[in-house]
Amino acid sequence: MSAQPMHFVSPAQFRDRVSEALADDGLRDNFRSAMNFLRDKRASQFPDPVETEALRDLGEAVRKHALAHLPALLEKLETNLQARGVEVHWAETPGEACAIIHRIATEAGATRVIKGKSMVSEEVELNHYLEARGVECLESDMGEYIVQLAGERPSHIVMPAIHKTKQDIARLFEQKIPDAGYTEDVDALIRTGREVLRERFMQADIGISGVNFAIAETGTLWLVENEGNGRLSTTVPDIHIAMMGIEKVVDTLEHAMPLASLLPRSATGQAATTYFNLITGPRRPGDQDGPRRMHLVLLDNGRTQAYADAQLRATLQCIRCGACMNHCPVYARVGGHAYGTTYPGPIGQILSPHLLGLDDSRDLPTASSLCGACAEVCPVRIPIPSLLMRLRTEANRAPGAAVAQPLAGQGASFSVGQKLVWRFWSGIYASPGRYRLLRWAATRFRWLAPRRQMGWTQHRTPLRPAARSLHDLMKARGQPR
Amino acid sequence: MHADRPPRPDQVYLFGTCLIDLFVPQAGVDAVRLLEREGLTVHFPRAQTCCGQPAFTSGNPDEARRVAAAQIALFDQPWPIVVPSGSCAGMMRHHWPTLFDDDPKMQARARDVAGRVYELAGFLVDVLHVDYSAASAEPVTVGLHTSCSARREMGTRAHGVQLLSALPGVTLDTHANESECCGFGGVFSLKHADISGAIVHDKVASLSAVCERFVTADCGCMLNISHAAEHQGRALRGEHLATFLLRRLEGQA
Amino acid sequence: MSARERILARLRAAEPGAPVAPPDVAAYYAQRPRLTPGERLQQLCARLRASRADVMVAQPAEWARVAADALHLRGVRRLALNGEVRAEELAATLPPVIEAVRFDGEIESWKQEMFATIDAGFTPASAGIAATGALLLNHGGALPRTLSLVPPISLVCVDARDLYDDLHHASSSQRWADDMPTNRVLVSSPSRTADIQQTLAYGAHGPRELVVVVIADGDLA
Repeated sequence: MSAQPMHFVSPAQFRDRVSEALADDGLRDNFRSAMNFLRDKRASQFPDPVETEALRDLGEAVRKHALAHLPALLEKLETNLQARGVEVHWAETPGEACAIIHRIATEAGATRVIKGKSMVSEEVELNHYLEARGVECLESDMGEYIVQLAGERPSHIVMPAIHKTKQDIARLFEQKIPDAGYTEDVDALIRTGREVLRERFMQADIGISGVNFAIAETGTLWLVENEGNGRLSTTVPDIHIAMMGIEKVVDTLEHAMPLASLLPRSATGQAATTYFNLITGPRRPGDQDGPRRMHLVLLDNGRTQAYADAQLRATLQCIRCGACMNHCPVYARVGGHAYGTTYPGPIGQILSPHLLGLDDSRDLPTASSLCGACAEVCPVRIPIPSLLMRLRTEANRAPGAAVAQPLAGQGASFSVGQKLVWRFWSGIYASPGRYRLLRWAATRFRWLAPRRQMGWTQHRTPLRPAARSLHDLMKARGQPR
Repeated sequence: MHADRPPRPDQVYLFGTCLIDLFVPQAGVDAVRLLEREGLTVHFPRAQTCCGQPAFTSGNPDEARRVAAAQIALFDQPWPIVVPSGSCAGMMRHHWPTLFDDDPKMQARARDVAGRVYELAGFLVDVLHVDYSAASAEPVTVGLHTSCSARREMGTRAHGVQLLSALPGVTLDTHANESECCGFGGVFSLKHADISGAIVHDKVASLSAVCERFVTADCGCMLNISHAAEHQGRALRGEHLATFLLRRLEGQA
Repeated sequence: MSARERILARLRAAEPGAPVAPPDVAAYYAQRPRLTPGERLQQLCARLRASRADVMVAQPAEWARVAADALHLRGVRRLALNGEVRAEELAATLPPVIEAVRFDGEIESWKQEMFATIDAGFTPASAGIAATGALLLNHGGALPRTLSLVPPISLVCVDARDLYDDLHHASSSQRWADDMPTNRVLVSSPSRTADIQQTLAYGAHGPRELVVVVIADGDLA
């Protein structure tokens, strides 16, 4: 299997990496079996379609409500966090987010960071930034630890090492961890990881975590996890820094309840994860443990662009369960690395254009058959196929065309030739007379159908028009008009 | 909202779709004959061309709107519009109205038309309550591939299953990953040919594992799967649901 | 302008979109079927056991002995607990071979000892959630978070009178939002991971074993 170095890749090379991934039968088998496993697990958690749909309605309503009031909720969250002694930082770009964290580390004289799982930290490439400045950053989620050890990036937002077999991991541990022999026993591999990381939890100066839901009314950060590394990262080090996209806030604790039910059921097919970890502020007087200082970094990084447009705003409803990728026929074939984005799969295809601009990500919105499996399982009902089509439209739009909310990279896929083809096409199909001519020519000269038909004949025999069209047959039958 | 079970009409429109028109016309004729068999008069407006979906899904809504507007003008009688394709029916019912968000008058017409659009299998079951128990009893095993639009936009997978299961002699075999896309996706199959090819490769394999003939109510999927199977030298061939139903009703295998 | 002001300004300048009604979360949960106390107990135990927890149901007079036996059986030598009623009851019942360790002061003074020498930690739960088989631990004050996190064995007791149907039922009945402790944790199993080829393994970073004693009297038990 190819171990692709994943630093500094870009979605602009999507097509090359797709070819590599498709040629890798082992990789495809890994993803196929992992996807089937996760699909079955999810299905087992939603046996009652009536309850499922009602809960999805509620989840969608919660997220839509939060987004409708987003600026007010962020201020409310900030006020309540500050009242609990949490320092709140705002970052517009990945660079700003990294600099904020580096400054906190520098001021505290901290050199050792232990990380719980945080996709936002992946998004801003925090590890790379801190390592380059002499701050050691260690991932503690088993999957994240494995990909970090391999010098890769996560291929799935919930299961970062889903592309690896236990044999891959056995070899990796044997090579990289002193005294770890080769074993394919998963319990033994996990024990090895645990032992290495335990020591590091104890020594770390700073723990960094993500956030699943931020509760504005109480100033609470709600973290969802199975391993306990999230709890250790937010408990043992002296400083806890949480990172989240600005969209993750909800109004009340009650509003988070349906999301807390939908997230684990959709993500890993669990009724609940091992831990729901609700953190309200740093160590208080009288508390015996917990971090003494606590920070929250709020990241924009293109989210306000998605927010500006009433349709694209739905992108921000996402609670990062990964069900869309687990059910995506494209993701199952190419795997997470091919996308070259922090967030792969359908959610990545609709989110990345806002984070990175359409110039680099223009191949992502078209890489979908629009089958709708993603939207069918989305716990908060994001209409992913509609948003993909909208992004295709924006990529096709003339770069300078005046629109109310231009997207970064608008017109990245615009070509005069392409536009003329569609003009020509619609000129034929909107005119019965011209279409009659096309029909006549296509059926008369059917033998001239080319043997190579763009992408179609790479995997299929050529198409050839019928000798007589349905219109001809209807006319011959004397079908009423 | 659309009434899925209106009273039985005596006249309907057929929207034949551009793929059927040029590539699988017999499926259109067979759909007409299935409807006529139930005593309906089937109107086929001669000026019809395409629902506009290729332009719509590829991010060219202006061109889709132009083509859709030309179709919407053709269905002025209040009859149901039967479409032998889940994806074209989905486009017409769900997306036509959204194309005219800036034109309330046209949007009202689009809504009126969209509300009368039926996918063929759904229409046969829900509106006509067809009884196919007298069809040929000769044993045959077939697979069923339901298009993603039929499954998710029109909700007519169950109707396909019901029609085939009610036929005497027909054994319906479910293939692995039955609910998964065949990889067609219109322009997707051209723009991302390799991914599309990988998906249809797996679909051909899973269908071939249970049958040599499969039935589908969407010609896009049918051409995709059949031509991929032919390319691979596999025996698997597809048939439009209308054609399969009609042949069984006429006493053939 | 600061980053904060620019972000908020962009959000405020956005298209308003369709008006959004507040979600009626309470109404959704109100129409869910309610469980009887017996069903709650039965469901909680079944769900916890399905997640590899060792669950025992004991009478109020018996629970501490049942818990102590479970620890003894596992060869526990040093049990961390902190001073409150249940902890004292348990400490008084421990066989001589198990030492009750009480940490005073803040973690900096006992972190090393906690990581290196403690076999089990005891935490009383404030609620049990039947729907997900989860136990609510309200950490903070004299109940440090590490008690239920660092030792390889986590022992939790819960009173059967504190069981609720689901998370919403518990949080609304106990009015969680009115007073959030530093750390509310819901635990539903020993720590686990499926990050290696979807193979479930227990004892990822937290406890390898979760031992639960449900304290139930008379009819329920």
